[in-house]
Amino acid sequence: MKANKYFSLFIVLALLATLTIGIQAQDDVVTIEYWQYFFEARQTAMNQLIEQFEAENPDIDVIHNSEIPYDNFRDEIAASAPAGVGPDVVTLFYGWIPAFVDAGYLIPLPEEDFPAEWIESYFSPMVAESKFLDEYWAIPTAVRSLALFYNIDMLEAAGYDAPPATLDEFLEMAQALTIYDGEPDILNIVQEGYVPEMTGQAHHWFREALLRQYGGQPFGEDNRTVEWNSEAGCQAFKYLSDFETDYMTGSNDLFDGGTQAFINGQAALHIDGSFRIGSIASGNPDLNYGVAELPAGADGSQHTFGSYWTHGITRQAEADEAKLEASVRFLKFITSVEAGILWVNEVGELPAQLEAASDPTLLEDPILGPFSAGLEYAHATFFVDETQQRQHLIDAYDQIRLGGMDPCDALNDAAELEQTLLDEFWAAHSE
Amino acid sequence: MADMIVGEQKANRTETQPGLFHLTLTRRKVMWAYIFLAIPIIFFLYIRIYPTLFAFQMSLYDWNPLAAEQHFVGLENYQTLVEELSSDKSVTRAAFVNTWHYVIIGMPLQLVLSLLIALMLNEIRALQTIFRLTFFLPFVTSTIAVSWVFRWLYQPQIGLLNVMLKAFSLPQQPFLRSPDQALYSILAVIIWQGLGFGVIIFLAGLKQIPRTYYEAAEVDGASRCQTFWNITLPLLNPTIVYLVVLQSISFLRTFAQVLAMSNQGDGGPLNSTTTVVLRVYREAFQRLNMGYASTLTITLFAIILIVTIVQLRLTTRSTE
Repeated sequence: MKANKYFSLFIVLALLATLTIGIQAQDDVVTIEYWQYFFEARQTAMNQLIEQFEAENPDIDVIHNSEIPYDNFRDEIAASAPAGVGPDVVTLFYGWIPAFVDAGYLIPLPEEDFPAEWIESYFSPMVAESKFLDEYWAIPTAVRSLALFYNIDMLEAAGYDAPPATLDEFLEMAQALTIYDGEPDILNIVQEGYVPEMTGQAHHWFREALLRQYGGQPFGEDNRTVEWNSEAGCQAFKYLSDFETDYMTGSNDLFDGGTQAFINGQAALHIDGSFRIGSIASGNPDLNYGVAELPAGADGSQHTFGSYWTHGITRQAEADEAKLEASVRFLKFITSVEAGILWVNEVGELPAQLEAASDPTLLEDPILGPFSAGLEYAHATFFVDETQQRQHLIDAYDQIRLGGMDPCDALNDAAELEQTLLDEFWAAHSE
Repeated sequence: MADMIVGEQKANRTETQPGLFHLTLTRRKVMWAYIFLAIPIIFFLYIRIYPTLFAFQMSLYDWNPLAAEQHFVGLENYQTLVEELSSDKSVTRAAFVNTWHYVIIGMPLQLVLSLLIALMLNEIRALQTIFRLTFFLPFVTSTIAVSWVFRWLYQPQIGLLNVMLKAFSLPQQPFLRSPDQALYSILAVIIWQGLGFGVIIFLAGLKQIPRTYYEAAEVDGASRCQTFWNITLPLLNPTIVYLVVLQSISFLRTFAQVLAMSNQGDGGPLNSTTTVVLRVYREAFQRLNMGYASTLTITLFAIILIVTIVQLRLTTRSTE
């Protein structure tokens, strides 16, 4: 009796199994999986792109996974890899590429579909940073640069009709725009002039803009030596930390951080990427703000930091010829000029293809224009371990403001750690 | 003939011996109990024990979950750990030193405080439930919620603590933003939150002490102090041992509060609040360096094991 029951259950299960296999076999459609971290505007934009792509390519079905929060994104990819599931096409921060390449997770972009010359002549120059070990491993839809956000009301109230154009003006205005309740002291600030937010974009501003404007460069020619602790670096870092320690124009410890302070209308000047436009629109749509190019150096030189999220093909896709072919087609589609234009309108990030980025209407846009102009002089840092390298500068900055350390000493200590990191990285690549 | 007899015997045996489906009622009940118990056991073995053992293996590899194959590196990760522990600039060393601070300051303080509160609660009759609830509620509140509330209480300018200091014309304190105060600020929250557990255990321990001992002591004219040192404390010893071991382990595993209360969970400022478990988390899930993270885990496991054994030996011996 009992045995019979189990037997019939087994038969039912077996039938179900064959049925599902049958359904799968009948299907000619190739299914590929695409992953990106959760960011509402990106999700919407990508959904539109996928819809267009599937309409043009009825033989490909794209599963879009964009529900993973930024903080867990890498863990989820890491958890999916050993399980043999996960994305065929994945969007990663450009600074993570070396680590993912070292793990053998990404495959080089097929040269016949994505020729190096084509990438180099049609894409923003910073995309060349994706080149690692002489290969391109990923390619973006859009790129971002840093620019200066300013609160128009606060500037007007202080008698300014234009944002600062040079570093000297920036310092002077940051001071004039800071309002204290009582003695000038960090703890008495009610309106911040400028907040050096190291956990935000300030470390990028230092590394790629300030440092160069003071005559230095972040790394040696081949990215093997740390040079941001040079004499120029020391001066540039002091310029940055003085805002908090000497001029007391703001602190990241106040008002839930510098970015939040600007969004809430508690800070006058703020340096951030174009992706912040969206957070302002959702966080405080009434904020009366403008955007300008980053202040120029004493010699008139302009620099900014450029970065991007970039798409690569995983080794999982490579294992199946049909999936690889579908992934290549999908990747070409989402990195086209048209995709870039859709992206800038939905997300506010600038098209990675120069043709779309140099569009006159884009350059004339009062909010996006300054970011677009910055693409010409943007530098994307070559990161071997973005998290650690960022932490080095955060710690150096904290040593100054909390430990009372001299900026040059703090920078030297951090540079020592960074050099060890670079040495380890390059030692692993010389084998 | 002989064959027939053997066959008969076999047949008899199968009939008399209870097979799988021929159990007595009691045995069948026991069997089902085992079957149901097997489910959590299998779950436990697969979800807790297997990964624990697996960590030992991972610690010998340069384990990157993204990679298709893992490289065996022998004791290299342990060597790195020793190197990092001997360098005074390393985060790992800071993590071990801080964890040590959390344990040796946090555990005794929490123990003494919960004993004092339990003694007081034991004295009162009116409103005892309300007071017990007040102390126990933080323990059952989500750690992350508690941590964020305190993060705001500790805020400069607008945080309640600084507002109060200002009202009494006292200098404002940086709390979480100072490398000197941050660890103690977080520790205070951990102690406060865990107090309820200690109180409840101590109260149970106090209820176990027969009243006759106290009555006898009263007849003998013992002072309250003498009663406490000679009756209450010695008889609470098993409770104390239990709490010392449990709380030490819990402080050794300090993690969530630091993750929630330091800026972006980095264990700062300047690594002043980071712990071993936070270090494991960051190595494993931010740098995807599972091999080294496992090495740290194994080391922490060894420390917990040693601390527990030593404590059990020392504290149980003193009672005898």
